[in-house]
Parts: sequence; structure tokens; C-alpha cells
Amino acid sequence: MRLIKRGGKLRNLYIFLVLLLLFLPIFILVAFSFNESKLNVIFTGFTFDWYGKLFENPDLLDAFKNTLLIAVASTAISTVLGTIGAFGLYKFQFRGKSFIDKLLYIPIVIPEIVLGIALLSIFTLAKIELSLWTVLLAHISFSVPFVITSVRSTLYAMPKNIEEAAEDLGANRWQSFWYVTLPILKPGIVSGALLAFTLSLDDVVISYFAAGPGTNTLPLYIYANIKTGISPDVNALTTLMLIFTITVLALSAHLESKKQLERVIK
Amino acid sequence: MINPSRTTIPRGVFERFSQPVPAKTATTRKEKPSLFKTVFTLPIIFYALLLIALPILYVFFLSFLRSDNYGGYLYEFNLENYGEILDSTYLSIFLKSAVIGLATTAICLAISYPFAIFLRGKSERKRNFIMKLIMVPFLTNSLIRTYGLITLLRKNGVINSTLLNLGLIGAPLNLMYNNLGILIGMVYTLLPFMLLPVCSAVSKVDQNLLDAASDLGAGKVQKFFKVYLPLTLQGAFNGSLMVFTPAIGYFFIADVLGGGKAMIIGNLVKNQFLTARNWPLGAALSILLLVITFLLVKLYKKIGGNLDELGGG
Repeated sequence: MRLIKRGGKLRNLYIFLVLLLLFLPIFILVAFSFNESKLNVIFTGFTFDWYGKLFENPDLLDAFKNTLLIAVASTAISTVLGTIGAFGLYKFQFRGKSFIDKLLYIPIVIPEIVLGIALLSIFTLAKIELSLWTVLLAHISFSVPFVITSVRSTLYAMPKNIEEAAEDLGANRWQSFWYVTLPILKPGIVSGALLAFTLSLDDVVISYFAAGPGTNTLPLYIYANIKTGISPDVNALTTLMLIFTITVLALSAHLESKKQLERVIK
Repeated sequence: MINPSRTTIPRGVFERFSQPVPAKTATTRKEKPSLFKTVFTLPIIFYALLLIALPILYVFFLSFLRSDNYGGYLYEFNLENYGEILDSTYLSIFLKSAVIGLATTAICLAISYPFAIFLRGKSERKRNFIMKLIMVPFLTNSLIRTYGLITLLRKNGVINSTLLNLGLIGAPLNLMYNNLGILIGMVYTLLPFMLLPVCSAVSKVDQNLLDAASDLGAGKVQKFFKVYLPLTLQGAFNGSLMVFTPAIGYFFIADVLGGGKAMIIGNLVKNQFLTARNWPLGAALSILLLVITFLLVKLYKKIGGNLDELGGG
């Protein structure tokens, strides 16, 4: 009996250690955002100064604003495009459909660097100047397939005749899509959107190629400064971003579970 | 006598039983063009052709051109770029990339399996919570996380100073600006891509099979090799695919943690496009990466893997 218990403790310890490994670099970043010294080396004393300094660094703020704008815009566009596309591909048969289906897996499996240089090449060919817009296009390009995959999984689980039932009851196809299909697909759409948002925030490689010399996003700002040294205002920004995103996620999860509870009670 | 191996079982029967793939054709209908159909199909067709097919085809086309050495290219079709990438100068970089890619994949697998098996015993609530926690690091840009790693790994970093203070080492360890640094960076950055599919596959293993194995006297090791591993092969391959390809492409990790000299294929491609400005050569290298990826995907499909599960966990 005791042996089993100790085994259980060891298991918990292992799970904890792996999670710690994933979080350690982030914890360190957060810890050093409160460090007096400009160098992220030794903890010399506690301060909130870097949070103030953050707002005196226009470049960093600009990079942050751009990163967030791109993440929000690319999430919105890819979610709409992906949802419509997943439904269309599920519902309709047309020439070349299987080819389109196959194409949609490409951004998921190919190395990001290949998509990055491919987009850079095509932008250059079309004489589109590299800017925030090309970064946005690039982010849409890699996000849409993830939304489609996520929406498709809920589409397949959808009761087969429910749309026909709606149409029999007098709804036209637009109405049945809007009032029947879309609400059913919501969990898939939400998790697809969440995935698109995270992918956009996390991306380095594709942004690197799709951005021009004057384009300033967070990964590019850090890439430019990482070798000469980054001052702790970046740590402060990272901390604020983490607090923000985790709060939003926790809140949305809380609301979702509350809604589910209400549904059960009803 | 009927030879059991000769009895024909239609292809795909096992796949159909092992994973529920709903019939696609049931609701797809061929119908006349309508506004409804156009709205729901045209945008995605445009997207797929313009933002996926066209760029990739163009890279393929570029790979057969000749560089003019000034960042442009001449429309003289040739295979020299492919000849050049097979040249010995790049062979060592390919070899190193392959070693780093495989080592990263192996380490991630070795960390993920015990994690997934231990997690299996937890309640569903706890499991879901921990799976969500795994995703949290992604909310911070991977370059920022790499920067966090630097703070930990460098000569006067947190790990070295802690070990020195504890008296465990006499001199700081070289944890970065070398191949070890690249490996640590890759494992750290890509581990979640392995954890998610492996945990999801392991959680689906039927408890009855494990109990039966125990009843028949199987130990932990046997249970792992005879039950878990065969039943979670697809999940493991899914994760390996999502780990291996970035591990040979993530140039920023090699740049930042490997110091200036350490290169992987990703750096090579990046340099051809942005520094050496030999786009045709960079394009040929990218096509090589594409071919490797497609072969791996083919293999994944061959073992019954579902493409929809890639990347989503």
C-alpha cells in the first residue's frame, strides 16, 4: 500500500517537473521584470521601474501594438474564412475539390520557413511592398487550415439531418446556416480562433520573412536586440501580456462552463 | 486449407474500426451553382490557390533558375542548384540538422510517454487542466521564451550561478553557444507539440487491455512495449512530425542559442534568401525540405494516421 502511494507521489513529481520545465523560462522572465539591474543576470533588488520605463520606449510599444493588431485581425479573418470554407467543403462537391482539400493541409505540415520564403517570393514577384499588411496576409495564410481542421471536427459530429429539418420547417439555407449550423459549430469555431490567435502570437519564422525593413513587430524587435542585450522592459511587457491573456482565457473558460451549467439546469 | 493470411480483408477496414472517420460523402451533394454555394466555396478556393498553391509552385519554379549574384535571377533553366545542394559543403549541415532533429524528437518522445501514462491515472478534470497548462507557454512568443532560456543557460545565467553557489560545479558549464544549446532550445520550444498528441493517444488506450496484460503477467515495461506503444503509434508519429520538421527549420533558435557558427538547414535557407541573396539555391533547399516533409506525411498516412489530427493534438 505504501509503495503504491510513493509511486503516486513520484508520478506527480514527474508531471510537475515537466510542467516546470515548460514554465521555467517564463517564470524567470517575469521575475527579472522586477529586478533593479539592467542586466538579466543577477537579482539585485526589487523594483517596478521597468513597468514605467516600458511606456517610455516607443519602439517596443509600437512593436507590441502591431503584434496585437496582427493577431486580432488575422484571427478574425481566418476564423471567418476557415468556418465558411470548412462548411463549404463539407457541404458541396465541385471540380478540383480534392485538390483544394489537399492544399489546405500544406501549411500545417510544411516547415514554416518554406511557407515564409514562398510568401516572400510571391510578394516580391507581385511587387507588393513588405509591410504590416504582408505580415497579416502571411498570418492568415498559416492560420486558416488550423481553423478549418478545428471546425471540421465539429461538423462531422453534427447530426446529419438537422439542417434539412430546419429547411422543412421553412428556413431558407442562409437562415438554417445562421440559426442552426453556426451555433452547433461554435465550440469548433472558438477553439479554432483560439488556435489561430496563439499561432499568430507565437510565430517568429514567417513574420521574419513577410516583414519589411521598417516593419516592427515583437519578434522582430527582439530578434534585432537579442544579441546586444535586451533591457528588462521587455520582461515587463511579457509579464503584462501574460497576465492579460491568461485572464481573458480563464474568464472565457469560466463563462463557458457557467453557460453549460445554465443549459443543464434549464 | 484456408491460409488465414490470404483471406482478403478490404483495405481500410481496420482503419475504419480504429478511428471513427465519419462518411464524407453522406452530406456532400453536387448541385447547380447558386449564390449560397458560391459564397461558401469561392473564398476558400481563392485562398488555397493564391496563398498556398501559387507561392509553393513559384518556389519550385525558382529552384530551376540561375542566380545573377545580385539578388535577382536569370531565366535559364538548369538543375545546378540541386547539384550544388548535394555538394559536400552543405552535407555537414544536413547531417547536423538530421542529428539535431532526430535527437530532439527522441528526447521529446522520452519525456512525453511517461508524462502521458502518469497523466492517464488522473481525473478528467485534472487532465483537462494540465493539458490547458501545456498550451499556456504558447501565449508568449517563442523568441521571447528563447530569450528566457538565455537568461537561464548562459555562463553567468541562473543555472550556472545556482550550481556554482551550491558548490556542485567548479566552473560554469557551457550550456549555450554550441550544439547543446540548440538541442536544449529545440526540445524546450517543441515539447508541447509532442506532449499534446501523445497524451491524447495514451488517454484513449482501453483500460481493459491494460488489465488483461497485467492479468497475464505483463510488467510495466512489457505493458509499455506490447500495449501502449503499438496503440499510440499514430499519436507518437504525429508528434514526431510536428517536432522534427521545425527542429531542422527553426533558424532563430540556432542563431540565438547556437552562436554564430552553428547552422542548421533553416539558417542555410534564410541566408540564401536574406544574406547571400541566392534565391534559386534557397528555393532548391526549400524544395528538399518539402520533399522530406511529404515523405514523412506519407509514412504517417501509411500507418493509418489522420491528417486532421496533425497540429491540433
